[in-house]
Amino acid sequence: MKQLTVLSGKGGTGKTTLTAALAVLAKNAVVADCDVDAPDLHLLLHPEVIEMQQFKGSKVAVINEDQCVKCGMCKEKCAFDAITSDLKVDAIACEGCGVCAIVCPANAVTLAERISGSAYISKTKYGFMSHAMLHPGEANSGKLVTLVRQNAKILAEKENSDLIIIDGSPGIGCPVIASITGVDAGLVVTEPTLSGIHDLERVLRLLEHFHVAPFVCVNMYDINRDNAEKILRFCGENGVEVVGQIPFSPKVTEAMVNGKSIMEYSPKGAVAKEIENVWQTLCSSALRK
Amino acid sequence: MIVSVASGKGGTGKTSVAVNMALSVGNVQFLDCDVEEPNAYLLLHPKMHKREPVTTLVPSINEKLCDHCGECSKFCQYNALFTSPEKVLVFPELCHSCGGCAMVCPKNAISWKQNRIGVLNFGSLRDLALVYGELEVGEPMAVPVIKAVKKQMRKGKNVILDSPPGASCPFVETVRGSDFCVLVTEPTPFGLHDLKIAVQVLKIMAVPFGVVVNRAGLGDRKVYDYCKTEGIRVMMEIPYQRKIAELYSRGIPFTIEMPEWTTKFHELYDEIKEAAGK
Repeated sequence: MKQLTVLSGKGGTGKTTLTAALAVLAKNAVVADCDVDAPDLHLLLHPEVIEMQQFKGSKVAVINEDQCVKCGMCKEKCAFDAITSDLKVDAIACEGCGVCAIVCPANAVTLAERISGSAYISKTKYGFMSHAMLHPGEANSGKLVTLVRQNAKILAEKENSDLIIIDGSPGIGCPVIASITGVDAGLVVTEPTLSGIHDLERVLRLLEHFHVAPFVCVNMYDINRDNAEKILRFCGENGVEVVGQIPFSPKVTEAMVNGKSIMEYSPKGAVAKEIENVWQTLCSSALRK
Repeated sequence: MIVSVASGKGGTGKTSVAVNMALSVGNVQFLDCDVEEPNAYLLLHPKMHKREPVTTLVPSINEKLCDHCGECSKFCQYNALFTSPEKVLVFPELCHSCGGCAMVCPKNAISWKQNRIGVLNFGSLRDLALVYGELEVGEPMAVPVIKAVKKQMRKGKNVILDSPPGASCPFVETVRGSDFCVLVTEPTPFGLHDLKIAVQVLKIMAVPFGVVVNRAGLGDRKVYDYCKTEGIRVMMEIPYQRKIAELYSRGIPFTIEMPEWTTKFHELYDEIKEAAGK
């Protein structure tokens, strides 16, 4: 079984658009939406939920008001400023470390399990999908990403699927690291802007750090052809394969507004054609058995 | 006044709005809290003055005192310590620096050492002071770097913070303590979906907010319908124009080439001031 993660560094370069399109092209792939704090893939793939599970990613301090002697030790020792001046727990700031519980002389603090989100197993027109939703303001998106990937793996084994396509989140921090560890290839979607190039360089270094084979796709390359050239040159110099250059098209937004993948909405358009090339290239390189 | 610019969805134009607002208003401190992918300096072209490492404190085990009782790893909620019969292993990238392991160690065998996870960069452009953080590639935790950037905040100064995308810890850490948060969205289903998530978080945090619609004219009207139903102010619309996109791609804030927008950003800032009660 192969695993491919679509990532970008910079947000809004077209990760989800490309992931949905690849899900359409790959027959029988399992798709995992690992952008758990702002997941959007379901808006294109319309999954039907088969199974839901609660995600317990961390704990939260609970102060028993009856036992509390208002000494303020918990506030003094908290490394996260999670105890307010009137000695209440700020649940958003609390990281559930448990220091307050051990320093409390009155044993008034306990740690409670906290439900930080939900994970789903679903069916779409194009195959199975593993996804999740972090509750507003909750932490631990990295752990939830790991859960989504575990679910995807179980699904893929059960369904005899030979590919998992993972939609990553922007950035390079914990959820992104959790979505690339141990995968076969990382497909970086970039755009020909100065920020796009800057973020591409960092994301390629991240892939290198975790020993994941890098591939690059330039989206909306015709917004700035000089910069697109720079990306090609940079990738060439660094031995990174560029698997495609997708033109800008208002059809992509139209497809999104209609809740469809670009492959369904405009299958004969320039964008769909180039994504087919991307898919073919990936099949003969990154995903070759 | 402290104003943060955030979005939920990535790539909606946070940095563009934050930078153009800062340049229009002038005399502000700009804190780029998108430490995973800091981009504001690519638009501001500031003169850089210095760099400082960002470190966290992680446990260091004195093997001479440690008797491998395992209390520290039992306490640690983040699995940053593992006790084997011969040795305690420390995983610094998992450590949240809460300090608990040292408190529970019966042998006083745990002290603290610095662990470098990022860099602070200081620069300026005329009357604008810039601080941006940079998480080291391979390090998972952005929050301590964001905290380090925010520590540089000058009291009494007007501050603009550029937030990372998403709605979890890095976003929460950035907007915490803001007088106002500007949510930049685009009028598309993705933009709307992620805007709703960000709004839920800001409501829990009790941070006042308003919306800027970027790439207006693209997509559909549902963002406007949502804002109307929820009573959320749409404070500015930036039209979808190829010229703006091209300027951005070259690292040029559009107010520089389209100066009529300077007035509009001034008005936006005044509206924020009024809404924040400042």
